Amino acid sequence: MALSRKLFQHRSSVSVFGARSMSWWRSVEPAPKDPILGVTEAFLADPSPEKINVGVGAYRDDKGKPVVLECVREAERRIAGNLNMEYLPMGGSVNMVEETLKLAYGENSELIKDKRIAAVQALSGTGACRLFADFQKRFCPDSQIYIPVPTWANHHNIWRDAHVPQKTFHYYHPQSKGLDFAGLVDDIKNAPNGSFFLLHACAHNPTGVDPSEEQWKEISKKIKEKGHFPFFDMAYQGFASGDPERDAKAIRIFLEDGHLLGIAQSYAKNMGLYGQRVGCLSVLCEDEKQAVAVKSQLQMLARPMYSNPPVHGALIVSTILGDPDLKKLWLKEVKGMADRIIGMRTALRENLEKLGSPLSWEHITNQIGMFCYSGMTPEQVDRLTNEFHIYMTRNGRISMAGVTTGNVGYLANAVHEVTKSA
Amino acid sequence: MASTMLSLASVSPSASLSTHETPKGKVKLGSSFLSLNKGRNNLFAKTESFGRISMVAAVNVSKFEGVTMAPPDPILGVSEAFKASTNQSKLNLGVGAYRTEELQPYVLDVVKKAENLMIERGENKEYLPIEGLAAFNKVTAELLFGADNPVIKQQKVATVQGLSGTGSLRLAAALIERYFPGAKVLISSPTWGNHKNIFNDSRVPWSEYRYYDPKTVGLDFEGMISDIKAAPEGSFVLLHGCAHNPTGIDPTPDQWEKIADVIQEKNHIPFFDVAYQGFASGSLDTDAASVRLFAARGLELLVAQSYSKNLGLYAERIGAINVVCTSSDTATRVKSQLKRIARPMYSNPPVHGARIVANVVGDPTLFGEWKAEMEMMAGRIKNVRQKLYDNLTAKDKSGKDWSFILKQIGMFSFTGLNKAQTENMTNKWHVYMTKDGRISLAGLSLAKCEYLSDAIIDSYHNVS
Repeated sequence: MALSRKLFQHRSSVSVFGARSMSWWRSVEPAPKDPILGVTEAFLADPSPEKINVGVGAYRDDKGKPVVLECVREAERRIAGNLNMEYLPMGGSVNMVEETLKLAYGENSELIKDKRIAAVQALSGTGACRLFADFQKRFCPDSQIYIPVPTWANHHNIWRDAHVPQKTFHYYHPQSKGLDFAGLVDDIKNAPNGSFFLLHACAHNPTGVDPSEEQWKEISKKIKEKGHFPFFDMAYQGFASGDPERDAKAIRIFLEDGHLLGIAQSYAKNMGLYGQRVGCLSVLCEDEKQAVAVKSQLQMLARPMYSNPPVHGALIVSTILGDPDLKKLWLKEVKGMADRIIGMRTALRENLEKLGSPLSWEHITNQIGMFCYSGMTPEQVDRLTNEFHIYMTRNGRISMAGVTTGNVGYLANAVHEVTKSA
Repeated sequence: MASTMLSLASVSPSASLSTHETPKGKVKLGSSFLSLNKGRNNLFAKTESFGRISMVAAVNVSKFEGVTMAPPDPILGVSEAFKASTNQSKLNLGVGAYRTEELQPYVLDVVKKAENLMIERGENKEYLPIEGLAAFNKVTAELLFGADNPVIKQQKVATVQGLSGTGSLRLAAALIERYFPGAKVLISSPTWGNHKNIFNDSRVPWSEYRYYDPKTVGLDFEGMISDIKAAPEGSFVLLHGCAHNPTGIDPTPDQWEKIADVIQEKNHIPFFDVAYQGFASGSLDTDAASVRLFAARGLELLVAQSYSKNLGLYAERIGAINVVCTSSDTATRVKSQLKRIARPMYSNPPVHGARIVANVVGDPTLFGEWKAEMEMMAGRIKNVRQKLYDNLTAKDKSGKDWSFILKQIGMFSFTGLNKAQTENMTNKWHVYMTKDGRISLAGLSLAKCEYLSDAIIDSYHNVS
């Protein structure tokens, strides 16, 4: 009797022949909004005419409009309609990868000539980091990754989903709104030998705080002493100073010092190819044979993720970089974007100082690249959003690309309002 | 630069490697032992040219020293081997990419039109939302289920743009791993080679259900039903919506009903891979019949879609994962979690292919033209099947029944050739195909049917 009752109960909670009454997915919670991309969603939903989006790091012109570079439009005209869409190899476009390596390693790099670099086209910076994280997990299963504090939020997601344990290292110094160099060096020293370190090659996201050349040399030396693996995320080459060669300086210092490093590169910002998802992952090896083996394993990771990467963005990149005139045009346009941002930094700082802010704002012009780590608290950011319709991430990061001559005054006013009694 | 050289020169070699040297000359870095190549132990073999220090080879031993060469991909590797061959008679029947009668890749006219429209409009290249292009997600779900389908009207479908079929399957696999830890996916024997890789890399256990019957070169229906029944309740059953890859053997409508019966009975979750909608029969609706049958029963299901073949958008990587839920609220939550999986994989999907699909499917004129082009492509393959069958029947005097070629559907045909026989196909006849005996008819022209039939007959009868 008791047994049949039990069976009956069991059966009634499990659907028998016929439609189920309960969903398989009932335990699925709504995911938290992505802290960065969620900002844009909220911005788009706001009807206020004064709203400003200084959230996501996508470049805007001085009218606040997205920009498609001239060189990109021209490249697209050349490739439209007359090309077949056959699968790229798993490693992506060979042309695009070759040109991309030149940007990072140097136009005449011996390393490229010696074929020591294992490189594959990747799904922009995210995809490059993820491929590397998966590769790290597979071939150095006991390793961990050291991630700067703070960093782009998605770095944590990437290495977590790759099941690589994370540690952090000191980076940002809140009091000076600059680099915590002593803390950084200390953490490098204290990490177990042979750890993996994630470094931003230029224009650190979210702080905009970059080590100086001398500091980079010291960091390189310390990392070498500990036998650590340096992995560079370079998402802003060209965008930081306006000069891609200059922005690659940190990487070149490490190369000169003999590190066998890895690099994630992205064309999202510097070529404005955000939605095309074009990037590259490279791993410098001891010799060509090793590079071939490593590349084959990177492809093995890509195959069950997306088989082969998308062609369109890669074609745009190789068309531009493969044509001297288009490449020149690109360099000019990148410099133009970087210069506009530098100009807005100056304007924002000057506006705040003119308003008589009691705080120091020199970090706005000290920092570099697309972002400014304002030092504002989450509560102050919330006020900016709720009272002034200004959208940014709650860590106080301002995307300078969203600042224009038209809105810098309003922005300065609002920032002053929420910080003047700080 | 000069000061840098000096400072490097002054660093003593052993200090630069933080090592614990064991007596045998091995170095322990972290928890793995690496051998220091003796020749390299002499560090700083630096050479200078014009004041630059060129790369020092020795100082660091790579962390990836132990990385071995991965085997070539069994499918994509075939095309690579084909390209490397210089033989005049070579034929690429490896990867499933459509070719014209002249064996050229084919960009659909509607795609060219859509691209030109996009250029004219001068659209920007901003990031898509994590879930992809909204217009694309809408049309892709409608294409699959039918715009009037209750699951669409009641918003019960969570649709997220994915990186073609592979990427969409991968998102689903990750969702399964996260929310159904330990649940198994049942995959057909055989199936597309990459399915196993996807589930392996997602850490989702899988097992096989019988599918292909070598004796009949047809479906082992009893075996299939039996194996699905025997699996633990609540397993995921991976089904090919149409044009099974690699066999080309699809269940009949009647058989689909029975498959649905047993899946319901066992509370399994149907998981469809739809890579050939429109390409199998030539009709988009006919090819979606299996999926719609399951949806009509009120079952929750997963469906991965790809536009690689049917819109020829291979390299644009455009597809979608659809999860049909019992309520729109559940669908919203599921979608949010799919996004959470995508974000650390690639942040947001590529825009170009999504726009092409949205433009083609969303415009009645272009959509009509697409349907016509698809009928043409599917029609060419049907003709090639017929010709191949005719040639085989005429030339093979053994009386073997080759009619399975006509019964199979879609881009592929499972020839029944074994590994040694397929090697003969390649080595003797320069016909490139996958080792499981699969040929891609999309890569076959009417002109080459006779040559191929000679090769098949020779391999089948003269090689064991």
